[in-house]
Amino acid sequence: MGLTGLQIFKLLPKTNCGECGVPTCMAFAMALANAKASLDQCPYVSDEAKEQLDAAAAPPIRKVTLGAGEFTRAMGDETELFRHDKRFFNETVVAVMVDDTEDVAAKAEAFDKKVYERVGLTFYTDALAIVNASGDAGKFKAAVEAAMGKTDRILVLCSEDADAMAAALDAAADRKPLICSATAANFDKMVELATSKGCPLAVKGADIAETVELAQKAAAAGAKDLVLDSGSRQPSQTVADLTQIRRNALKRTKGFGFPAMAVVTSEGDMDQVVEAVSYMSNYAALIALRADDDALLLPLLSWRQNLYTDPQKPIAVEPGLKEVGDVTPDSPVYTTTNFSLTYYIVEGEVEASKKPSYILAVDTDGISVLTGFAAGKFTGETIAAAIKETGLEDKVNHRNIVIPGGVAVISGKLEDASGWKALVGPREASGIPKFVRENF
Amino acid sequence: MAFTPLKEKYRNKIAEVTLGATADQGGTRTSTVTIGGEQALPFLHFEGELPNKPVVALEVWDIAPPEWNKCFDQYYGDVYNDPAAWAKKCVEEYGAEVICLRLKGADPDFGDKSPEDCVAALKAVLGAVGVPLIVLGCGKFEKDNAIFPAIAEAGEGENLLLGVAEQENYKTLTAAALGYKHAIIAQSPIDINIAKQLNILIGEMNFDTSRIVMDPTIAALGYGIEYGYSIMQRARFGALTGDKAMANPMIGNVGFEAWRAKEANASQDDFPNWGEQEARGIMWEATTAASLISAGLAIAVLRHPKTVELIKKNIADLMVPSSY
Repeated sequence: MGLTGLQIFKLLPKTNCGECGVPTCMAFAMALANAKASLDQCPYVSDEAKEQLDAAAAPPIRKVTLGAGEFTRAMGDETELFRHDKRFFNETVVAVMVDDTEDVAAKAEAFDKKVYERVGLTFYTDALAIVNASGDAGKFKAAVEAAMGKTDRILVLCSEDADAMAAALDAAADRKPLICSATAANFDKMVELATSKGCPLAVKGADIAETVELAQKAAAAGAKDLVLDSGSRQPSQTVADLTQIRRNALKRTKGFGFPAMAVVTSEGDMDQVVEAVSYMSNYAALIALRADDDALLLPLLSWRQNLYTDPQKPIAVEPGLKEVGDVTPDSPVYTTTNFSLTYYIVEGEVEASKKPSYILAVDTDGISVLTGFAAGKFTGETIAAAIKETGLEDKVNHRNIVIPGGVAVISGKLEDASGWKALVGPREASGIPKFVRENF
Repeated sequence: MAFTPLKEKYRNKIAEVTLGATADQGGTRTSTVTIGGEQALPFLHFEGELPNKPVVALEVWDIAPPEWNKCFDQYYGDVYNDPAAWAKKCVEEYGAEVICLRLKGADPDFGDKSPEDCVAALKAVLGAVGVPLIVLGCGKFEKDNAIFPAIAEAGEGENLLLGVAEQENYKTLTAAALGYKHAIIAQSPIDINIAKQLNILIGEMNFDTSRIVMDPTIAALGYGIEYGYSIMQRARFGALTGDKAMANPMIGNVGFEAWRAKEANASQDDFPNWGEQEARGIMWEATTAASLISAGLAIAVLRHPKTVELIKKNIADLMVPSSY
């Protein structure tokens, strides 16, 4: 990725005018290569050079934004084959499909209520994909309008009939929906719609080769915000195509540098979600499926959240005193670290114990109990300090604190430093409900 | 436009491990299962040979599990106290390709069953089904070291998959598996270096390392699954590009982990936005399994019959050759 200083130098005017603020073009080229300068600082650079430099600096996969207003989603702009090499950035857009022959208003209203909260995070189904199953332009437009009246989330307009698409865009273009899709048969009209309305466009070929060919043509015609649909509707081939698109994009093979989408085709709702998991695990930037049951979407969106976390960064919750349920001065007090995984597992179990309680999340920079203990961040002293800082002593009328069983050894130091009594809890959070039954 | 796919060049392949033995092979199984042998990343058929598909196992306990979700009662309630009938139901009605017998009853906190009792459970299950068996201990080192020599001997000729060997406790199990020619599960605590090291240690006992199935330890969806997922991806890519010490098929206790998650068990009354509990639990398990299978899991040990159906379809769909 990127050009070397020498490669950039060859594209500069080589006049050493110094107007960019750097004495020589060579020095300016080096600064550009290190991202310490911007090309705008050179008043004399040619348009041709600018284009070449921009192209080299562009991300290998174009960032395509869907939607307008409050609710937008970015796709693409990825740099890795494996999340462990760095991370994945823009979460897969999950689009729920509805036919224009169904009661779209009712479906859209139900869709708009889909908000899931778990472990302190909020998950949304991102997009409603309206399918022109009727084949009728008027019905399609009416369905899109009905959906617009019920949800502000992203719309995906699914029709290969350019006239139907034009009708729907008359109503919905301002929402920047994804036009789905341009094919060889409707190509010119769809590209015209995308460019004139400024909407992102999916291109679908008979196979990966035709798809990329169409993408290059569309980009040449001015439609830059593209999404690739390789046309495969067989899971194994779709996984292969998604992988090829990602690999080629990162190698900057022409025509591949766009986010890719997959369409789920299984019959059963549960089968659809499992199929979607396979695409999500293999680079899909957008997945369209029909399953819309909360019990099925929550796991899918949880997988998305897990897959797109930054592997190098422990996920931390805000340290401090947390209340679980309607606490009173008699409520038990637990302590654990502010590593989110640990914290939320403990919180879940405390909640399951049905006993309102306080949890003191000690700041360990988001590392787990045993690691925090080993690193000197989860010790008698740090817990005692957190007890003082959070004003816990004014909140409860007792002086008992439950510590994780894995660090029973800190009890003495904690008691000395805080004057509290350490109750050694279970080693695993799953033992908390039993511990509560036996102790509180 | 002609399209030439980008292919990685690999120098190594994953060990092929066969579980079970038929009468001809000295056992009593009516079928065997072979996993591993991959010469490409999971399901990238265009890249290299993927001779064996991942398989699904169902978990059977030697005691009635005290804490399984109530939703399992309708499937296993009548057989919880009879491991043989339980295993038979898993194979004949629910389509398990392998049975994973967990000797939880040997746990001092769960009945402290004797090695003889464990052998009796093993024999009952071997007699009831024809598929290959995985046998897991109770997880307490001392007790497992007492039961595995007896289990290995009683299962002689059956080519069982015994587990688990851990870095702190692998010698007894390895010796038992070595003596009676069983395969072995090497479990590491979400740590790729320990995974590698343990395979080497087991090999140093003259155990054929191509008979090891790695358990890199997985967590459930939402509870750190991404750590195991990435370790599996790293191990697989490392193995294919030349690291023989990690070139083994992988197993995951998917059902065990997924059904511990709050999301699999919480009632809809408590979490109205989360949908119906059993369907959610099934999908929690299936999503855990499908994502790990994408990372190279070869044996998914499951619990719910519906998950078996879902995952078998997922695997069948992904095993269809892709081409360019």
